Amino acid sequence: MASSLLPNAATSANADPTLSFSSSLSPWTRRFPSSAPLPRRRRRSLSVQSKVREIFMPALSSTMTEGKIVSWVKSEGDVLSKGESVVVVESDKADMDVETFYDGILAAIVVPAGETAPVGAPIGLLAETEDEIAEAKAKAKAAANSGSASPAPSAPKAEAAAAPAVTATPAPAIPQPPPAPGPAKPSGKVVATPFAKKLAKQHKVDINKLVGTGPYGRITPSDVEAAAGIKPSNPAFSVAEPAPVAAAAPPKPAAAAAAAPPPLPGSTVVPFTTMQAAVSKNMLESLTVPTFRVGFPVSTDALDALYEKVKKKGVTMTALLAKAAAMALVQHPVVNATCKDGKSFTYNSSINIAVAVAINGGLITPVLQDADKLDLYLLSQKWKELVEKARSKQLQPHEYNSGTFTLSNLGMFGVDRFDAILPPGQGAIMAVGASKPTVVADADGFFSVKSKMLVNVTADHRIIYGADLAAFLQTFLKIIENPDSLTL
Amino acid sequence: MQSSLSLSFSQGSSAVALAPRSRLSPDSLPLASPAAPASLRFCGLRREALGFSSLRKSGCGASGSVLVASQNRAPGRVSASASDNGSAPKSFDYDLVIIGAGVGGHGAALNAVEMGLKTAIIEGDVVGGTCVNRGCVPSKALLAVSGRMRELQSDHHLKALGLQVAAAGYDRQAVADHANNLASKIRNNLTNSMKALGVDILTGVGTVLGPQKVKYGKDNVITAKDIIIATGSVPFVPRGIEVDGKTVITSDHALKLESVPDWIAIVGSGYIGLEFSDVYTALGSEVTFIEALDQLMPGFDPEIGKLAQRVLINPRKIDYHTGVFASKITPAKDGKPVTIELIDAKTKEPKDTLEVDAALIATGRAPFTQGLGLENVNVVTQRGFVPVDERMRVIDANGNLVPHLYCIGDANGKMMLAHAASAQGISVVEQVTGKDHVLNHLSIPAACFTHPEISMVGLTEPQAREKAEKEGFEVSVAKTSFKANTKALAENEGEGLAKLIYRPDNGEILGVHIFGLHAADLIHEVSNAIALGTRIHEIKYAVHAHPTLSEVVDELFKSAKVHSQAPSPVSEPVAV
Repeated sequence: MASSLLPNAATSANADPTLSFSSSLSPWTRRFPSSAPLPRRRRRSLSVQSKVREIFMPALSSTMTEGKIVSWVKSEGDVLSKGESVVVVESDKADMDVETFYDGILAAIVVPAGETAPVGAPIGLLAETEDEIAEAKAKAKAAANSGSASPAPSAPKAEAAAAPAVTATPAPAIPQPPPAPGPAKPSGKVVATPFAKKLAKQHKVDINKLVGTGPYGRITPSDVEAAAGIKPSNPAFSVAEPAPVAAAAPPKPAAAAAAAPPPLPGSTVVPFTTMQAAVSKNMLESLTVPTFRVGFPVSTDALDALYEKVKKKGVTMTALLAKAAAMALVQHPVVNATCKDGKSFTYNSSINIAVAVAINGGLITPVLQDADKLDLYLLSQKWKELVEKARSKQLQPHEYNSGTFTLSNLGMFGVDRFDAILPPGQGAIMAVGASKPTVVADADGFFSVKSKMLVNVTADHRIIYGADLAAFLQTFLKIIENPDSLTL
Repeated sequence: MQSSLSLSFSQGSSAVALAPRSRLSPDSLPLASPAAPASLRFCGLRREALGFSSLRKSGCGASGSVLVASQNRAPGRVSASASDNGSAPKSFDYDLVIIGAGVGGHGAALNAVEMGLKTAIIEGDVVGGTCVNRGCVPSKALLAVSGRMRELQSDHHLKALGLQVAAAGYDRQAVADHANNLASKIRNNLTNSMKALGVDILTGVGTVLGPQKVKYGKDNVITAKDIIIATGSVPFVPRGIEVDGKTVITSDHALKLESVPDWIAIVGSGYIGLEFSDVYTALGSEVTFIEALDQLMPGFDPEIGKLAQRVLINPRKIDYHTGVFASKITPAKDGKPVTIELIDAKTKEPKDTLEVDAALIATGRAPFTQGLGLENVNVVTQRGFVPVDERMRVIDANGNLVPHLYCIGDANGKMMLAHAASAQGISVVEQVTGKDHVLNHLSIPAACFTHPEISMVGLTEPQAREKAEKEGFEVSVAKTSFKANTKALAENEGEGLAKLIYRPDNGEILGVHIFGLHAADLIHEVSNAIALGTRIHEIKYAVHAHPTLSEVVDELFKSAKVHSQAPSPVSEPVAV
């Protein structure tokens, strides 16, 4: 209910075109401080002792934001009686006759046939008596002049009317500056793409106030969407940080299927994007696999030191971890295997490390193929390319679905431990937490502080057993704690 | 020629606006020959119409709007030509030589062989001409892709059908290859069909040396009893526009789809512009139309144009500037975008400057008639077009017919459509083999292959009303909506309108315009009816399969109200 009222509020708020219009007719504005009523509320303005009334561009459909005058059925000076057709307006859907709610004389046509005006903008003036015709005409002229005074009234559109509207402050409190404060267009011309302009009109965003981020500083649809505070229609990939394939999600299958209680009032339902739908499907599928988890802390002092050294050569922590995992997998092929039919092991011929990447509103797993064979630098370069492709949605299917082992790292978010959901088709997934200083006691009872991170592997117990994982983790630990082999 | 062209077009946009009509070619792109500016075609059409009606009066009386093939003349002609053959059978290398192997030349050649003529066709470029290589054919390949993309991207539509499809994507190069492969396949088909029939394909630029004499290549001279010029047209680029083939392009370049710009301006909202806007927006571009006339799609019936704009322009990522010329277009270079200077079409005052990623010039087509040697037979082109009479016979500078010389297709500018060129070519072959034949251009359909499609045949409503006023008859209009058609609703494609313009007094069909699913295929029932002179009260009893889209046309005929005094449509089989 509350939400359904919102659009109305918005509509009336954006009566700014009307406002601006009246502000350009200053004397008149003061006579009708009620500000421009919307067409459907016109009745209320009856209480105002107006003699000259505006005929507004009506909203003929819920999606209509502006209308084009097809033709004026009546011409200036014609006597109108309530209910008569005055003008034919073309909306986004159809042509419709618009009737007058009042008796009177059509004193002036503000928006001539063929031109366009936003919903709620005055398109003509209705005088009650002949005496007021002259007055009304004067207003109309003033309006037209101030309208055309605004810079470059491009195209026979309503821009002329709309432009000043934007700057008019939303209050009759405004003094009466005879010429509407036409926004002298900034010397830097505003360039907006066709769709950006459409969106701006739809969401009532003043395009002149936006800063374009597109090529040559042009305003793009996403600039307008950002300004309107709405989600981009086609999610732009922005973040490319590794994240767990299913980390946070508590495996609660019932949640999705359970008969949902009626949504709370005001809730919004946002359908999945394609990517989100794919994630959801994979996660459900994972429930058919019996998984278990094994983990332990790994000291990272040596790794951190190495990372400091190779960072400037473009090596990322992701590449280091992927390389370490790949090298460990070489020695434990079963952890790199897959159980395809529940009856056999499928030993994969190559070691392809998939790395979970969070992408604005989604999750994808670009794959570092043959991660055991490529050296650290090539791997880092490869990774950079993959992330770039993921961002621009250019990943080819084999670049995200050929993984044999997945790596998920939430360490950079301060997460110290988590477990991941095993993606269908793979044998194991490694969840890496943050490395943090930890007090440890050695065999001799000496205490020291070492950086430790918790590594947790989720595996398919049909093919990978506890001892397998433990052995794999031992190897992984050795590599991480003596990382020099990584750079070989 | 160029200068005269530019003169007439300097106001470019008007030419542009009209162009769409002329370029109605079924394929949306100029077919066979590149073409003439639309406005020209417009005039051509109208002239045609008038010519026709007078013809009709003198010749066929009431029978109507059909092609007139006056049979009575035929025998005489035949004998004449036979005697020609007898007297000088060996004096010519060929019976018929056609200059230009586009769709028009191809159609003429096939018919000529069928009529027993020894035929050669001269081509200076590639067989197939504009239609096959740079027009209708490759553009259809791109539109096939854009149509599917549009379907797959329309979540709302798919959901209504109960379908779920993951995000659709495309590979630009593969799309471009599809278009290119289609063109070469059709080109090969065309070449093979002519070779198989024994048409000699002579390679080189053809020039008319004199009566019945043609040169091709460097210095091969041949003689022919009759010569047909079918050299077609090229994209017309108004003055001030610099085409670099990369960021400022014509349809020739666009069909190669070497890039899909984020934002492209299309100069001209005729058929070519409209079809490309369909392609580009489906592939993710945003489009800005620049139209010299006051409204978009000026060549279409206004009602259809309005509806088409609501469906094809307004909901898409398209905006437009009307009533303006693009006075100067500079390609992108030195890190600057393409800039387009707009001036008011009437006052010529500067109006705006656009900065876009690319610009497509779709302002019409200019005839390709330079270097044809027309001066050798004393023929002066008009804005590049070869003047012809209604039988496609070339008219010389003194207004006399040039014997044995014909011109068909875009080069004569009568109706710049591939199938019109072909029909004209067939008509010429009929004449040179002794059968008088006049093509009824009002029966030639045209189509624009947007999604949904637009098609038309005959007059628009304003044209029909103008003619009616002049000739004093009544005009009625019948309309049906695709929303009432079962098949369209099954496809969930109810958006569309069919409109019939007719004479209520005698049931003559003056024009039909269709906007909706498969409109381009639906128009032929009507164009055939017009070509055969069928009246509404005759055709309305024909049965259409249910449920099919053709019922839209059926409805149209059935809803027309022909005055009852019209003669009974079917003569009852009553024994007398």
